[in-house]
Amino acid sequence: MTDASIAPTAQPAQAAGVRLGASGNGDRIYRWITTGMALVIPILLVLIAWEVFSGAWPALRKFGFSFLTSSQWDAVNGKFGAAPAIFGTLVSSLIALIIAVPLAVGVAIFLSEFAPTWIRQPVAFLVDLLAAIPSVVYGLWGILVLVPFLRVTIIPFIKDTLHLGSFPLFAGPAYGYGMLAAGLILAIMILPYISAVTREVLLAVPRSQREAALALGATRWEMIWDAVLPYARSGIIGGVILGLGRALGETMAVTMVIGNRPEISASLFAPGYTMASVIANEFSEATNDLHISALMAVGAVLFLLTIVVNMIARWLVWRMGREQGG
Amino acid sequence: MSTASISSPSPRRPASSRSYRDMLAASTARTLTRRRIMSYVMVALTYGAALVATLPLIFILSHLVKEGASSVSWNFFTKIPKSVGETGGGMANAIAGTGILVLFASLLGLPVGIGAGLFLAEQRGTRLATVVRFLSDVLNGLPSIVLGIFGWQVLVRPFRHYSAMAGAVALAAMMIPLVTRATEEMIRLVPVSMREAALALGYSKWRTSLSVVLRTALPGIVTGALVAVARIAGETAPLIFTALGNQFWSVSPTQPIAALPMQIYIYATTPYDDLHAQAWAGALVLIGLVLVISLAARYVTRSRFGLGGD
Repeated sequence: MTDASIAPTAQPAQAAGVRLGASGNGDRIYRWITTGMALVIPILLVLIAWEVFSGAWPALRKFGFSFLTSSQWDAVNGKFGAAPAIFGTLVSSLIALIIAVPLAVGVAIFLSEFAPTWIRQPVAFLVDLLAAIPSVVYGLWGILVLVPFLRVTIIPFIKDTLHLGSFPLFAGPAYGYGMLAAGLILAIMILPYISAVTREVLLAVPRSQREAALALGATRWEMIWDAVLPYARSGIIGGVILGLGRALGETMAVTMVIGNRPEISASLFAPGYTMASVIANEFSEATNDLHISALMAVGAVLFLLTIVVNMIARWLVWRMGREQGG
Repeated sequence: MSTASISSPSPRRPASSRSYRDMLAASTARTLTRRRIMSYVMVALTYGAALVATLPLIFILSHLVKEGASSVSWNFFTKIPKSVGETGGGMANAIAGTGILVLFASLLGLPVGIGAGLFLAEQRGTRLATVVRFLSDVLNGLPSIVLGIFGWQVLVRPFRHYSAMAGAVALAAMMIPLVTRATEEMIRLVPVSMREAALALGYSKWRTSLSVVLRTALPGIVTGALVAVARIAGETAPLIFTALGNQFWSVSPTQPIAALPMQIYIYATTPYDDLHAQAWAGALVLIGLVLVISLAARYVTRSRFGLGGD
C-alpha cells in the first residue's frame, strides 16, 4: 500500500545492490518469523483441543451420552456422570448474573451519565481493581469471611427471622459453603468485566441520541431507558455473556466456597460442585486412568461450553460496533 | 412513552373546554411529577449500585491488610514452610517459585505474543490475520483450568512427574493472547507517517517495523506485558496439577515448584489458624505484587516515550 508510492523516491538511496538484496532477505525472514509467531496461536488452540479431547475419549466412550445426564459421581466404583457439576456450573453462574448484571449496568450508567466528574475516575478505578484481584484471594476471603458470615448471620436470618426455611430454595442445614456463597463470589468477580464493556458501549452511544430524548421532554432516566439503553442493547448483552463466560470457567474461588459435593439440590444453601472445581479438586488425587479421563471429559465439556458462550458474546459486541459504524 | 398522553385528544368530549383544560393540566402535572420521581429514584439507584459495587473491594482489601499485616514478617520472606504442627516458617520458596514460573512463562509467551501482535497489526486485512485474531480471543476466553489439563497432558504425563516447566507452559498459553492483543493495539496507534518517513529514508521494511514502529510502541507493549504478568502471577488453577507445589526450596524447572497463589490455596483449605494467618500474609504479598506490577504498567505508559499521553 503505502510503500508502493514511496519506492521510487527511495531508489536513489538504495544504490548499493548488495544492501538492497540483504534487506530483501531481511524482509522475507522478518515476515516468516512474525507469521510463524502468529501461527503459534491456532496451533496451540488445536493442540489444547486435541490433548483435552483425546484425554477425555476413554471416559466419553465408556459412558457415552449418559456422562452428561447421570448424576452419579463415584470415583471408588468407577461411575462418572457430570450432571451435578454441569448443574452447579450453570446455577452458580446464573446466581452470579442475577446479582451482578443490575449492579454492573447501574455502575456503568452511573459512570457514563450521572457521576460528577471528580468521582468518575476513583470509582472506575476501584471497580476495575476488582478484576485485578487474584481468584485465590477471593477464595481466601470467601472461606474465612463470607462463608462464616452466611452461616452465622444471613442463613439464620432467612430461616428463622423471615421463616422461609420451608421453601425448597432455602432448605437444608446452614453450612455456609454452597451455591449461594459461590454465586456471590462469582458476582463480585464478573462485575468489573460486565461494567467495563457496558461503560464502553454506553460511551459509544451518540450524543444526539441523548439530546433528542431530552429535547422531547424526557426525564434523565427516560433518556437512559428509552433512548440510550435500546441503542446499546446488543453491546450490553455481549458484555453480560462475556461475564458469563468468565463465571462458567472460574475455578479457584468457587472451588474454595462451594462445598465440593456432587449433588443436585434445589436449595441455595446446599453444597454443590462445578465443572471447574471438580477438576481442580480431584485431578492431582485421581488414582486410576478412568477417573483422570472422566475429569478430562468434564474439561472438554467446559471447553466447548465456554467457546460457544464467548463466540456469542464476541459476535454481539462486534455487531454493535458494526451497526454503529454503518 | 408517557408523553403521549399530553398530545392525544381525549375520546370523550369535555362538558366545557375550560374544565377540560383544567383536568388536562392537573393530570399532566401528576404524570410529570410521577415521571420526575421515577427518574430521581432510578438515578439514585445507579448511585447505590456504584456504592454497592465498590463495597466488596473495600471489605476485602481492609480485611486483607488487617489480617495480613500482622503476619507479614522478615521470616515470611526468608524461611520456607515448617512441617504441619510447628508454628513459624515463611513462604520464601513460594515467592521464588512464582518468580521463576512467571519468568519462564514470559520467556515463552512474550516473543510469541509480540510477534503475533506485529503480524496482526501489519497484515491487518488478510484472512489469516482475521482468523488468528479470532482464535486469540477464543484462547483468551478458555478457562485457566483447561490450560492446566493441557500442561499436564503435554509435560507431566509423558515424563511421569510434575514440573515447574509444565506450569510455565500453561501460564504462557494464558499470556499469549493477552500480549498479542496489547501489542496489536499499540502498534496500530503508531502513526502511518512514521512508517512512511522511515521507508522514505531508505530503511528496509523489517528495520522500519523493528526499530521505528516497535520502538515507538514499546512503552505500550511493556504495559501490556506487565498487565499479562500481573494476571498470571495470581493464577492458581493451571498450576495445581502441573507445578503441583513444593514444601521445600526448589528452583529447578524440572521439579515440582511452589507458587504463592497455590500456597494460599493449600493453607486456606486447612483448618489451622496459624496457617490461615500465613495465607492472609501470602495474599497480602500477592496483592502487593500484582498492584506494584499494575502501577508500574501505568507508569510506563505515562513515560516520555509513550503514546498514551495524548
